[in-house]
Amino acid sequence: MLDGLESLGPPRRIAVVGASVAGVCAAAELRRAGFEGDLLLLDRSPTAPADPPPLSKEHLAGTMSSGQAVARLWDRLDGIEVSLRLGTTATGLRIPFRGDAHAAAGGPVPPVDAAHDGRSIELDVLDADGSARTVVLDGVVIATGSSPRWPEGMAPTSRPSGVHVIRELADSVRLREDLEHGPRHVVVVGAGFIGAEVAATARAGGHEVTMVEAAPLPMSRAVGPLVGRWVADLHREQGVDVRLGVTVLDVEVDSGGALCAVVLSDGTRIDATVAVFGLGAAPELGWLNGSGLVVRDGVVCDETLSAAHGVVAAGDVARWQHRLFGEEMRVEHWENAIEQGEHAARRLLGRTEPFTSVPWFWSDQYGHKIQLAGRPRGDDQVQVIRGDPTSRRFCVAFRRGDRCTGVFGVDQPVPVVRARTKMASSLDWSDVWPSEGGEK
Amino acid sequence: MKIVVDYDLCESNAICMGISPEVFEVRDDDLLYILQEHPDESLRDKMEEAVRRCPKQALSIEED
Repeated sequence: MLDGLESLGPPRRIAVVGASVAGVCAAAELRRAGFEGDLLLLDRSPTAPADPPPLSKEHLAGTMSSGQAVARLWDRLDGIEVSLRLGTTATGLRIPFRGDAHAAAGGPVPPVDAAHDGRSIELDVLDADGSARTVVLDGVVIATGSSPRWPEGMAPTSRPSGVHVIRELADSVRLREDLEHGPRHVVVVGAGFIGAEVAATARAGGHEVTMVEAAPLPMSRAVGPLVGRWVADLHREQGVDVRLGVTVLDVEVDSGGALCAVVLSDGTRIDATVAVFGLGAAPELGWLNGSGLVVRDGVVCDETLSAAHGVVAAGDVARWQHRLFGEEMRVEHWENAIEQGEHAARRLLGRTEPFTSVPWFWSDQYGHKIQLAGRPRGDDQVQVIRGDPTSRRFCVAFRRGDRCTGVFGVDQPVPVVRARTKMASSLDWSDVWPSEGGEK
Repeated sequence: MKIVVDYDLCESNAICMGISPEVFEVRDDDLLYILQEHPDESLRDKMEEAVRRCPKQALSIEED
């Protein structure tokens, strides 16, 4: 599609926007793949971001220090020459040949900006000292990640003390401090994997925990009722009060501005001094308004993670067409950020393979290793592959028609990895599970 | 090169096995076994990828 443009030659100036997992991995891979030009890595955070997985697990539990959580990410840049700009915020982007991105996405082609020279990419940034400038580039990696969703009427700057989200290191530090002052009653809102990990970590730390989920079962939209029931049972067995099908109507604050209770939609009032909202995250896209890129709950990319000539996206912000699954995806998993960061870097240097990795993630809860590979939907058929879902060690596969759409395991890494490897070349049920015919 | 596993960190997530089953094997006892402690140089890219993608950062490469 962009063949004619590749003759412009290899990029000499590349900026990686966002220095979390995808951005750091992209920067490192650019150098490993031989890029010798100027490499700018910027992030709006004034301090080095931490690796996210420990923030709801080991770091929150206090068994990993903040320094270790940061090093887990930044060790990836050991020996990598990069101009690092922390505290620098990207505020705008202008791209050449903007019609390509829209044509690839099947959308209308906007007029070319006459003021643009038609070749270079312009990135507007706001530096830590408040000065604005424009950086001229010929390659950009968009890796701005996502930000946690807050409940209506609440924001990072207008929250009572005791109210938390978990996304960045500072969030985990703040929550850890609240949990260090003796046993608390913790309300976790949202039983997704982050919420479930926070609930498990708090429970293991001796706190009283209530988990509130709007859906009839945890995670059922993603992994179906069988797994959802298992997750709810696991937490109940560990002493978590799991409230399903209810939402938070209000939070009550004492005269000192601290949380004292959470009011649920069924009228229940829970005395609690700590509340953690795990309501998911929204991709950071505002700075791309007017860029000419196609933005639709993510930066829309082709199969190769290219968003336009000289522009690639990776990690939580990237929405790309997955060739194997035949659907558009945006994936917020840690491993996806690593693989996409590296893939996007190579794409910028002229490689054109599609990105076809099978999504994978893991979660640690109460000492159990929980893994999901693939992209199942809650209404897929579920087939038990190994063990028994009423036990604590089992593996199930998800089936839609003749396809295997995913595999979920509890302390069953071997069947999960084997299935994932097979799914990477074919999603046909009979290829992934040759001895598990089952009913169609 | 030599593959080194920090078994205090390893949780047998088996990502390494997905990348290079000729070197890494997680068995039904839930432990990771290294099938080739000194893999051939031709496997270096895969070994480095396994190091980068390990969720627990339990793998490292030592030069012989």
